[in-house]
Amino acid sequence: MRHLLSTGDLSRDDAVLLLDTAEEMLSVAQRPIKKLPTLRGQTVVNLFFEDSTRTRISFEAAAKRLSADVINFAAKGSSVSKGESLKDTALTLQAMGADAVVIRHGASGAPARLARAGWIDSAILNAGDGSHEHPTQALLDAFTMRRHLAPSGDRSLEGRRVAIVGDVLHSRVARSNALLLATLGAEVTLVAPPTLMPYGVESWPVETSYDLDTVLAKSDAVMMLRVQTERMNAAFFPSAREYSRRYGLDSRRMAKLPEHAIVMHPGPMNRGMEITADVADSVRSVIVEQVTNGVAVRMAALYLLLSGARDAATTSPATTADLTEGQA
Amino acid sequence: MTAYVIRNASILGADVADVRIVDGVIAEIGTTLDTSDVEVIDADGLIALPGLVDLHTHLREPGREDAETVETGTRSAAAGGFTLVHAMANTDPVADTAGVVEQVWRLGREHGYCDVAPVGAVTVGLAGEKLAELGAMADSAARVRVFSDDGKCVSDAVLMRRALEYVKAFDGVIAQHAQEPRLTEGAQMNEGELSGVLGLTGWPAVAEEAIIARDVLLAEHVGSRLHVCHLSTRGSVEIVRWAKSRGIDVTAEVTPHHLLLTDELAATYDPIYKVNPPLRTADDVAALREALAEGVIDIVATDHAPHPSEDKDCEWAAAAFGMIGLETALSVVQHTMVDTGLLDWAGVADRMSARPAAIGRVASHGRPLAVGEPANIVLYDPSASRVVRPEDTVSMSRNTPYRGIELPGKVVATFLRGRPTVLDGTVVDEASVEEVSA
Ligand SMILES: [Zn+2]
Repeated sequence: MRHLLSTGDLSRDDAVLLLDTAEEMLSVAQRPIKKLPTLRGQTVVNLFFEDSTRTRISFEAAAKRLSADVINFAAKGSSVSKGESLKDTALTLQAMGADAVVIRHGASGAPARLARAGWIDSAILNAGDGSHEHPTQALLDAFTMRRHLAPSGDRSLEGRRVAIVGDVLHSRVARSNALLLATLGAEVTLVAPPTLMPYGVESWPVETSYDLDTVLAKSDAVMMLRVQTERMNAAFFPSAREYSRRYGLDSRRMAKLPEHAIVMHPGPMNRGMEITADVADSVRSVIVEQVTNGVAVRMAALYLLLSGARDAATTSPATTADLTEGQA
Repeated sequence: MTAYVIRNASILGADVADVRIVDGVIAEIGTTLDTSDVEVIDADGLIALPGLVDLHTHLREPGREDAETVETGTRSAAAGGFTLVHAMANTDPVADTAGVVEQVWRLGREHGYCDVAPVGAVTVGLAGEKLAELGAMADSAARVRVFSDDGKCVSDAVLMRRALEYVKAFDGVIAQHAQEPRLTEGAQMNEGELSGVLGLTGWPAVAEEAIIARDVLLAEHVGSRLHVCHLSTRGSVEIVRWAKSRGIDVTAEVTPHHLLLTDELAATYDPIYKVNPPLRTADDVAALREALAEGVIDIVATDHAPHPSEDKDCEWAAAAFGMIGLETALSVVQHTMVDTGLLDWAGVADRMSARPAAIGRVASHGRPLAVGEPANIVLYDPSASRVVRPEDTVSMSRNTPYRGIELPGKVVATFLRGRPTVLDGTVVDEASVEEVSA
């Protein structure tokens, strides 16, 4: 694994290795000294062309816990409006010797461009690109599901049923989740009004439904996506109220879920729009835990990309055993 | 003026003959012509075609001389075997007055590599609000007959109707860039399975087809002439086929890139493949090839759209739409149409020379290779092949989507009214063009 651009690039083994590694990382986080020396001397750049304090902080914490040097490069608000500056920025980071670049960008494919255009040699981690993908979010979601729905045994999500509800069309979280969960053997149902379902979704490895109520009863996890009220101005739905009524999760609907089912949200939430406050704060909600798990998953991704790349040169692939040694 | 004898050329890919050029005119065609006092061009193994005519070229001058100029664009055209290009109106200032179209036309004449027929804008500033002075452009020295807001669609139905009606007075044609604007807001690539996966806003086929359907009905209603630019979908082919069967006076063009490339290239996120209309599916490509062979699509037009490297060396959404195409057009047509058996070389001459000149109402181009006709001739080696390298382009810009692809054929020589603009595969530079014509 040289870059992390799309969960579609991950084999099942890759994905499981990432999740298992994240498990180890989480145990580090629970120790008194939360730091590993693994990436000492390596530089991780957080290159954020869009504001996302929560994701940036999560990556920053992950890199620091692995003892990497972290540079935050907020391109938002600077003179970055035309594309060439992505190239110029990349050339700058290359000159600075960045080992990994964590990029958040409003344009779909910007991380892929960075990885392939020949501007920079660093490992590229996609931290969300346009309405394309957000792989570490999907990994932390799968990680969270595994802890709740497959806490022991083979830890497999095979056959688990996950509903992803809301603005699938514009959601990078939905894309990354759909691909990753399918790879992990889970059964995904996308639920949205037809206007917010991507064109060509029939070819995705998922089921689709326009009716949330019928899907809820057979779901092990339900993931509510953020819906921006501006979408109603583009006629995706008539009003916020109608949207909430048909696709929002309130306690009445939540009651249709099986006893063990969990409620997820990638954040930030529009309380009252796609999810009511009482559902967000209920015992079934694992939304706060998702944040904690985010750091562990991002540690795993950075670790596997950076120490893995180094090990690859000496033909020994990264394993969790290496990690355990590193902790000693 | 030097006289030439082209020896042993296969005329339109058929009979081998010699062609004598005297005073810019084809003086004699026959076997073993007398070669005393002439320059002999050996055309063994080469095909002679009439000089190619492009109905859709962006020369960028005035305004974007960092991408292309009339000089570099016409050199590129000559290298591709063209003797006439129609220069699109979306320059800065827009070619919406007699002054601008005359300027572009004159620049073409001065440089002498390839004739330039300016296209006039349909609406002032391409703004889609008010008709430009179409009559003044028609009456100017540039004799404009093709009008287009290309880059933008004349989406207002009333304005389109009026434009179609108005140009009847001087036998003009409206060349429509068919793109329903509301259906394509923020559009980045063909709307299909892939756009949803890549998270790139879709440009649906219906946005093209809906405009073409409306426009053929308008053309029928007012009894005028419509030309459809860069038709790109199977559905559009069906509509044009239907319109023609009703006797509607509609013609259509397809670009070389839409005959060869598909939307799957967008998965690279490399904006070298970003173009408007977007690359479509393999099924659309098959339909376009068949339609061109059948004549439902009348012509190939390049939509040569030069851009400086910074407009492509960026992320997909920030990149400009467009590809260069003059120098590869004939090779792509050979590869997609001739080598596949869909079209013979006479068919190529028809689709790339005779018909585009007829649509543009340019009498002196697109003529048959016959005695007494102007000596606009291209000599082409169909057995050559090359791997396309952007750094080899004659165009000032490098945005070719065929980088690294092996394409057949090579333009060996181009004659414009008896003067060589290309010899031995190399553009004859301006100084010697003047010398020759002196
Ligand atoms: Zn156009």
